[in-house]
Parts: sequence; C-alpha cells; structure tokens
Amino acid sequence: MAIKLLNALLAILGGIGGAMIIFWILNKLAESLKGRWEDRVKPWMFAGPAILAISVYLIYPAIQTINFSFANEEGTKYVGLRNYLDLLGEAEFRNVLLNNLLWIAIVPALTVVLGLGVAVLADRLNPRGEKAAKTVIFLPMAISMVGAATIWRSIYEYQPTGAPQTGLLNAIMGLFGRDPVYWYSIETLKLNSLLLMVILIWTQVGYSMVLLSSAIKAVPEDTIEAGRIDGAGEKRIFFSIVVPQIWPTVITVFITVLIGVMKVFDVVYVTTNGGYNTDVVGRRFYNEMFTVRNGGYAAAIVVLLMVAITPVLVYQVRQFRREEANR
Amino acid sequence: MSTTAASAQVATTAKVKAPKSKGGPGSASPLVKVFLLLLCCLWMIPVLGLLISSFRTRDAQFSSGWWSAIANPLEFTQWTMNNYAQVMGDNQSGVNMGQAFLNSFIVTVPATIIPILIAAFAAYAFTFMEWKGRDLVFVIIVGLLVVPNQVALLPLLKLYNQLHISGTFPAVWLAHIGFGMPLAVYILRNYMSSLPRAVIESAKIDGASHFTTFWRLIMPMSTPALASFAIFQFLWVWNDLLISLIFLGRGENTIATVALQGMQGQTGQGRELIPSAGFVTIVIPILVFLSLQRYFIRGMTSGAVKG
Repeated sequence: MAIKLLNALLAILGGIGGAMIIFWILNKLAESLKGRWEDRVKPWMFAGPAILAISVYLIYPAIQTINFSFANEEGTKYVGLRNYLDLLGEAEFRNVLLNNLLWIAIVPALTVVLGLGVAVLADRLNPRGEKAAKTVIFLPMAISMVGAATIWRSIYEYQPTGAPQTGLLNAIMGLFGRDPVYWYSIETLKLNSLLLMVILIWTQVGYSMVLLSSAIKAVPEDTIEAGRIDGAGEKRIFFSIVVPQIWPTVITVFITVLIGVMKVFDVVYVTTNGGYNTDVVGRRFYNEMFTVRNGGYAAAIVVLLMVAITPVLVYQVRQFRREEANR
Repeated sequence: MSTTAASAQVATTAKVKAPKSKGGPGSASPLVKVFLLLLCCLWMIPVLGLLISSFRTRDAQFSSGWWSAIANPLEFTQWTMNNYAQVMGDNQSGVNMGQAFLNSFIVTVPATIIPILIAAFAAYAFTFMEWKGRDLVFVIIVGLLVVPNQVALLPLLKLYNQLHISGTFPAVWLAHIGFGMPLAVYILRNYMSSLPRAVIESAKIDGASHFTTFWRLIMPMSTPALASFAIFQFLWVWNDLLISLIFLGRGENTIATVALQGMQGQTGQGRELIPSAGFVTIVIPILVFLSLQRYFIRGMTSGAVKG
C-alpha cells in the first residue's frame, strides 16, 4: 500500500517535473538555432508533445483499427470485406444497430427538451430557488454510469413473487395487486432498453439545462419586448423569438449527447450486459475485443461506428471554421 | 439596455398591460413551483434509496424496501455502519473498496495534472506563434474531439501486451493523457485566444522570450481555463469504466468503478454491500463537482464536446 502511494506520488512529480524538463530542453534546443530557424522550429517544440500524444493514442491506432477490420481474428491475414459482410448479415448484429438507432432517436432529443423545460421554468423562480433546483437536477452529471446504474437499482430491483420487494417500481406494482417484474427482461415495446435510457437521460438533463439556461439568459430583453408589443402570446414569444436565438446551443447540446449515445457502453454493460435484446454497438465491440477475442469483428464494428460519426465530425469542423471566421 | 426614448415609452406601457407575471425571476406561479419541487424530489429519489440502503443491515435491506425506513426511522435495529466498515476492507464479496478507492486516486491525479502542462504549451503555440501547418493541425484536433476512444483501443491493447505494460498504472495514465489531449488543447487554446493581445505584444517588446511569456504571463492568466479542464478530466477519469477495465483489469490495481461493476452480479453474501460500495464510488466526484461547479459550468459553456 505504502509503496503504491509512493509510486503514485513519484509519477505525479516525475510526470510534471519530467514534462517541465522536456519543454525546457526543447526550448533551449530551439534557442540554440540561429535566427529564422529558431522561429520555425520553436512552435513544433511547444506543440510537439501534445501532437505526439494525439498521434500515438488516437491517429495511429485509428488507422491500425481500419487495417485490422479487413483482417482475421488475430490480425494475421487479410480477409477483405468478410468481417463487414458477416456482421451485417447477422440478425443479432442488425438488432444491435436497431437498438443504437433507438437510443439515437430518443435520448438526445428528450435530453434537450427536458433540459429546456427545466431551464425555462427554473428561470422564473427566485435566485435562491433557481440555484437549488438547478443543483439538484445537475448533480447526477458528476456520477459515473456504473454509479448511476447502482443507484437505479433502488427503483428497478426485482425479488421473486412473494418475497418483499426492494425496488420501488415493483413495490408500486404490488400496490395494484400485480406480480413483480424483472424489468430488464421485458422486451415488449423495448421497455428494457427504454428503462436503461432513463438512467442515461437522468445523468444528462442537468448538462442540457445548464447550457440552455445560460443561452436563454443571453437572449436580449428588447427582442422579447418587441414581440410582446406586437401582441404575441407567451408561447409564440418562446417559439418564434427565444428558440431561434438559442438554436446554436440546442445543436451543441444535441450533438454532445448524440456522440455520447452513439458510443454508449457502460450503462448496458453494467445492467444487462447486452442480454434480453438490449445490446448496443459499444458493448458488442467490447465483447468481441475482450471476451470473444475476435479482433477483426471488433475493428469492423468500430469502423462502422466511425463512419456513422463522420457527418457529426464534418459538421463540427465546419462550425469551428465559421466561428473562427467571426472572431 | 439602450433603447430609444420612444420605444422605451412603448415598452413601459406594454409592461403595464402585461404585468411582471410573465417570465423573469420570482414570477413563477404556484403550479410551476410545485412542479419543479416534484421534479427535484423525483430526481433525488434514486440517490436517496441508495443512501438509505447503504446504512441498513442485510436483514433490513431484504425484508423491506428502503422507503419503509423513512416511515419508521426510529427502528434502530435496521441501521448499521457495518456495511461501510466491511466494504472498505476484505469481505465475503471479495471486493476491497478501500483499496479500489485508493487506486482511483492513484489513476486520476496524475492523469489529470500531467496533460494540463502538455496541452498548455501546445495551446500557446496554437495561439501566439505563427507557423506553417498550424491551422490544419488544429482543425484535425477539433475533428478528433468527436472521435470515440473505442477506435484506438484494440491496437493500443496489442501494443501494451507487446510491451508488457497492461495492468500497470502508467499504461492507464498515458491512455488518459492521450484521450484527454484534444479537449485540453481545444479548451485552453480557445481561452488563450480571448486574452488581450496587447499584453503579449508588450512582453515581446520588452524582450521576453516565448518561454518566459508563457510561464510568467499566459499560465497565470489562464487559471480559469486550466481549472475547467482539470475538473472535466478529473470527473471523466474517475468515472471511466471502459479504459480501466481494458488496460488495468480486475487485479489488485483495479479502480472503484470497475470494482463496483464487478459486484453487480452478486447474489449471495456480500450483496448487501453494493449500496455502500456505490456510495463510496460516487462521493468524491460529487464533492469535487459541488465545490467547483462554477468552473465546470464555465468549461461547458465554452462549447467543449468530448468524443
């Protein structure tokens, strides 16, 4: 134990100290160059370590992953498109994709709408009440998905018929004289997937609320007054004047939640481990990589995920360029 | 608020017509207040359930729902601190939360502090230095913000296995440093480019090198952005499951989230420890979050997206 702590301490000191020394040396090296070369080389000395980290941990592995997706299980022989064809031909995997689509269709939109609703309503409380309400709604944001799934056991837990129920939902079922239900196994109307989505939404609404609330507060009062003078009702003012002005923030929130949902893993892994038709791309990938040990499938799944995310990536870059142009 | 006299006049008359009841602080109708109160209660019910269960004995936990403890809180036989005492040491569930809790710190602190320094230097180069390829490299970083970490895991695991560093702390530190880097550079660069140019220019005229300007001027001025990123990264690393599961595993170096996940399937002895283990896992991020909320919100409103 003591050795472990000592090691961690050394890592902190060594990591920071080491980084500082590296930058100092790099800087000295650049300064030893003459004139124009110093100015040419120095930026690369400053940005170099970060670019190296990103290259080693994201760019190079991403290219390798694409490479592996065309190879067999151990990555020893190329198999062409076989991994992709096998996966897409598999009914189970198509079901996984369907589940992901369901998550994509429901979670980001609902998170935005709920966050917007709370933001608008909490805005009308006195400042103290507003702060308290927002903190409560925001708090789950700090909780890990594993923690959240553990917390929601107090709602979803199931004990066999006859035993005292320990989950709130089943206790309520009991009040109506119904038998307790193992909620995670109910595939009708994808109820189990929906219950898992509730956990994710619970952690994300606070984020959406905070961003949208600060956007609403930034809407100029004059524009709202002008609407009022023209005789617009509260609803009309909200949808025709406020919403268009906060639209960029709505998009930001939507995209952030969307990316989180596309690669969702934790909540499904912890609760059902993909059972009862709740599997998603992120968990299937983990399963192929770590349990089945089929590197080809795992890589192909991630490449498909990457392809699906590309439009978001393009949008993100375009948006950034637009903002830079406005600076 | 700079309106012309005429429109200001109209505005006042309009205000008379529609008194302050519409919008604005303190204007909530009782219905809105009740609704928000209910929503807040609804939001906290699951957490309350966990907290109550974590202090109940095994018998109490399985003979009645946690809500019955609210009805009879004075039945002292149901309460115990024993779950926490057990979960922090060796117990029947085979999970030592005390050890895992400590490991979470060992993983999180270096993985939070080290990338800040590296990213700050890079952000400086992206903001205050002119160089060929700068804009292109930065656009690539912006694009990488949305790329899910999963794309990197398989090759990295192979690499780690070849180097025999799987399951060690440096393996996870490095991974978190790499994965957090695009966001760190992005947040810091956005902040630095909002700093007044004149300050840097005058430092240059005074003959200060880039290195001095960075340490003496830019780093101190960037504290708010450094804090925002630090909180983001701290929460992100502490709450991470996937990366630690793959690169650290379930051995003696396992962290709190992975340990808690491992307990979920527990059916026999040790099952009563799940709520207390859950609470141990979430308490640190909640404390960090509540005490530093301001910086966290500032980071979020700067338009940060993490893939």
